[in-house]
Formats: sequence, structure tokens, C-alpha cells
Amino acid sequence: MVLELQKPRPIWQIMFSTHHTDVGLLYLITSLGFLFLGGALALAIRAELFLPGAQIIADAMTFNRIFTVHGTTLIFLFIIPFASAVGNYYVPIMVRYKDMAYPKLNAIAFWMIPPSGALIWLGFADFTWYATPPYSIISAPGPAADMWIFGLKILGISSVLGAINFVVTILKCKHPDMSIGQVPLLAWSFLSSSLIILVAIPTFAAALLMLLTDRLGVSGFFNPALGGDPIAYAHLFWFTFHPEVYVLVIPAIGMMYEIIPRFSRKPIFSYNSGVFAFVLLSIVGFSSWAHHMYATGMSFTEKTVFMVGTLAAVPASAMHVFNFIATMWNGRIRFSTPMMWAVGGIALFFSAGAGGVVNSAMPLDFTTHDTYWVVGHFHLFVMGTIAFGSIGYLYYMFPYVTGRMYNETMGKIHFILSFVGTVLVFFTQHVLGLYGMPRRIFDYPPIPEWIAMNQIASIGAMVIGVSMAIFLANMIYSSGKGDLADTDDPFGLGGKYYYPFEAKNPSH
Amino acid sequence: MGGHSNWPEWIYVGIVIALMTWVGAEAWEAERLVEHVPEDVEIIKVTGQQWFWTFEHEDGTKEIGELHVEAGKAYKFEVMAKDVNHSFNIHDYVVLIDAIPGRVNTVWFAPDAPGVHDIQCREYCGLIHYNMRGTLYVEEPSS
Repeated sequence: MVLELQKPRPIWQIMFSTHHTDVGLLYLITSLGFLFLGGALALAIRAELFLPGAQIIADAMTFNRIFTVHGTTLIFLFIIPFASAVGNYYVPIMVRYKDMAYPKLNAIAFWMIPPSGALIWLGFADFTWYATPPYSIISAPGPAADMWIFGLKILGISSVLGAINFVVTILKCKHPDMSIGQVPLLAWSFLSSSLIILVAIPTFAAALLMLLTDRLGVSGFFNPALGGDPIAYAHLFWFTFHPEVYVLVIPAIGMMYEIIPRFSRKPIFSYNSGVFAFVLLSIVGFSSWAHHMYATGMSFTEKTVFMVGTLAAVPASAMHVFNFIATMWNGRIRFSTPMMWAVGGIALFFSAGAGGVVNSAMPLDFTTHDTYWVVGHFHLFVMGTIAFGSIGYLYYMFPYVTGRMYNETMGKIHFILSFVGTVLVFFTQHVLGLYGMPRRIFDYPPIPEWIAMNQIASIGAMVIGVSMAIFLANMIYSSGKGDLADTDDPFGLGGKYYYPFEAKNPSH
Repeated sequence: MGGHSNWPEWIYVGIVIALMTWVGAEAWEAERLVEHVPEDVEIIKVTGQQWFWTFEHEDGTKEIGELHVEAGKAYKFEVMAKDVNHSFNIHDYVVLIDAIPGRVNTVWFAPDAPGVHDIQCREYCGLIHYNMRGTLYVEEPSS
């Protein structure tokens, strides 16, 4: 299985190609570029918070702009395009079709990302990724805020186009001999997340337009001075972005479903429960959005409903964890770099989920809401689970894409440093939250516990920074000068590669 | 695949559901008790604006950035905002409610012992959000 043409080609041939692997490569390079840009901003934030007082960032406004662009970049310009990269490479192959269903649409969806990335970065807005009104209407300086709104608007269209393409490719273009119950779990994850996008995104698209007209002063949907209600925005935003959490995490879990059975050299424990958990997660994901809003003055009944909706998502996530562990159980596990990332990702996924249960319980949420606990909690998802699954998968597909092998030792060092760093940063941030440190603050009072915890977190962030430098060096060097990979079995697993529907493999 | 039995997963899912039900029930019960406002509360009007807190007691006394209350009494905060969203927070007493323009949100607390605690804003509100802080002085009961 080789995913890229090995023949060197001029770059414009790749850029203007509509072939799924070429578009996949464009998505891949773009998303990794934004990973490093967004990561650099994270290091700036952590360096600033190392001690109370201004350290390396001159003023609060710059700091607010930095964390806004950090969040926006890593969610919309790293995680989502990275998943699209993997989907572009693998989904057509998994459903045995020559390309994506609509190749030109596919290229258009990709080419919407660079301009929106440019809008977000050139604007450098300051109203957080949540763009909460009335601040975003009456206080946030333009044109940064307007550029952010347009950037997100374009990204939303790009996501919807990509989602339509995945749904049609999987449901309509799969090989006639293949039933939907034989489609590998990675493709199932793209089907689930694409369907969530199609249902969820239009709500935020509408909210963004309303936000823009409110900013222009021609409407007052969310502006209390004109009779509007900021809480309406919160509902519209979270109705899109709580399901969006599952859009981000489901493809990463799908990637783990590819890695874990291969490197455990065992078929997946239960394909059916994997599919069931994906579908269940994409449905119950819509019943929990207002758990982000307990403190906005919701009634006891509303809070109870959304707490139940949130807790209902836990069994589905737990089924994935069970499936992974049961697959590894008694397997002949080979801890190559991709497997280490996947297993580390599962451990952090479990920790993140456990912290999430605390958030969802109403009285406890009033301790953790809008503190660093929440920052630690969702970073365990986006970094610990999604980025770990994604980076593991990048190592896994590296030999197929480049025809060369990455440096295994550097890959393992990258994992160990990143894992240690992630635990140092984000577990510590949970503790900081319990001490009461609010999120999104440029400076903090010199409370000894806060200083100690912030320093541990900042050191952890620098450890992640070092690991990512090793990663970058490994990728650049190995893609040009690495050992040629045996593309039939680059990881030396022996035997035939498992696909879930090929579990009848006689050699085990 | 196919024929193998999946009972361990069902047991596991059952345990997870039982745990979540327990968490939910406990949380429901605790929140119900927390939200029960005593009858003899004193009302304090709290107004958040960029970037400070104003307090108005029942007797008309106003305070800016500082709040003086007595231990052993119950207080209900009526929280409002003048410009953008804020979130009124006394972390030590788990007092947290958003201050939203156009709305009045309420939360109550009953400080049990004299002491000094931090008041802060926990919802992003712009430039000086990081320093939108105040101090709560819980004093000895006067009578």
C-alpha cells in the first residue's frame, strides 16, 4: 500500500491536483504548519504565566490576542484539517473507490483553509475562541474581530463541503461487494463526525452572521442595549461546539482503531461495539451543550436535564476505552512509535473523561467552571487524546506517504517527552483550577500555590516544546534522507495486516 | 469475530452506567440543597463593569471593590452587569454566577467564620479582566 506517487513532481502539480492523496498531502502540510504556529503561541502563554507580573508579553491586550489565536488555530486549523488529511488518504482506499466522491469540491474545501487562516492570523482578534457577546459586539477592536468572523465563516463552509464529500464517498461510492457493516472503523468515524458537522455547523454559521450584523450596528440579536440577549448566542454557539467536540475526538479514536489492532497483532475486540459507540456518541453529543452554561443563571430543571445528557455520553466513550484494552489484552503488542502514542492517548482520554464527569456534576461545576481546571480538562482531550492519536497516526502513515521510515528512537523520545510534558501541564492546571485561578488571565496575584503550579505547568510546556522540535527535525530529515521503508510491512509486524472485516486471518 | 461472547463489555457498560447514575443522583441532591435559599437572607446588589465590582447593601451603603459582611448571616447576591459579561466569584465559598447585561442572576451564601477572601471575575471581559478583583471581609457578628 503506497499512498503517494513516488515520482518527484513540481509543487504546483500537487497544489492544483484534485487527487485524494494530493489533497490529503496539502491538508497534512497545512495542518502541521498551523500546529507549530499555534504551539509557539502556547509556549508564549506559558512563559508569560511562569511568574506573576509581565514577563515576555508586553500587555494584556497582546496576551488576550495570543490565547484567542492559539485556540482558534489549533482547533480549526490543526485538528480539523489533520483529520481531513487522514480521511482523504484513507477513506477512499478503505471503501475501495478511486478517489473522493467529488474531487473538485474536495480541493475547493482545502483551498478555503489558507485564506481563512490568513484572516485569523492577520487579524489577531482578542475576544477568545468563544467570541462572547456583548464583548465581541461593543468592545472587541475591529478589524481583527471582523476578520476572525469571516475566517470562521469560510472554515465552516469548508467543513460542510468536506463532510458532504465524506458522507457521499462512504455511503454511495463504497465497493458494491462491501456492506456498510464491513466499512473499517476509521471510515465509520469519518461518517459519524461528518454527519455531526452537517447537523451542528449551520447553527453557528447563523450565529456568526448575527454577530457580524450586531457588530455593524444594524441588528441587536445579542446586544442587550438593543433588546437582544447574549445568552441566545451562548446557546447557538454551544449547540454547534459541544457536538463539535465529538467531531474533533471521533476521528482521533478512529485512528486509534487502526493502530491498536495492528500493533497488538489481534483483530479488534468488537467491531460492532465500536460502530455502536460512534453512532451513540454522535447522537447523545447533541443533548449536552448547555452544560457549558450552568453559571449563566439556568434553572435547576434545565441544569438537571443537561447534566443527564452529559453523563449519557460517558458509557459510549467508555465503550471505546474498553474496546481498546480488550483488543490489546493477550495481544503480541509491539510498542513502535505509533502504538506508544495511541496507548498514551487512551490513558489521557480516560483522565480527561474522568475530569469531565466532575464538570458535569452541577454543584462541582461551580468550583471548576471558567477556572484552569477547565483548561486542563479540555486540553487533555485536544492535546492528550486528539493530538496524540493524530501524531501516532502520522508516524503510522509516514512510511506509506513518503516511502521512507522515520527515526524510531527520535519518535519514541518525542512520545516520552510529550507524554511527560502533557501530564505536567494539564494535570497541574486541574489543581490550579481547584485553587481558584480563573482562565484567560494575563497576570495573577502572587499566591504561593498559584506560582508553584504555574511554574510546573510552564516547565511541562517547555518539555512539550522540545519534543515538538525533535518531531519537526525527524519529519523533515526522514522524509528526505530516511531509510527506505518496506511498504508492505514497515513496522515489522509480520503476517498480514488486519482489517476488521478480515479477521478470519488464519495465522492467529 | 462473530461468535465470540461480549459479556465482559456488557458488565463493564453496566458498571459505568451505574456509576454515572450515582454521580448524577448525588449531584442532583447536593444542588437541590445548595439552591434552597433561607428565608432571612439579606440582599446585596452586585454590579460588574469593566473592570470592577460595586456592591449595594439593603440599607443603601455602597462599596466599590470591597465587600463587608458579617459571619453567621445569610446573604443573597443579585448580580448584574453594566457593559459586557462578567462572572461574580468568591472561590473560597464556591459562589459563582455570571453577571450578564439585561439580566439579574442570584446566588446566596452564608459565611461561617470571620476572614478575608478574594473576589474575582471568572468570565473573560477584556483588557483588565485579569485584575478585576475585590476583597470580601467577613467580620464578627455585631450583635
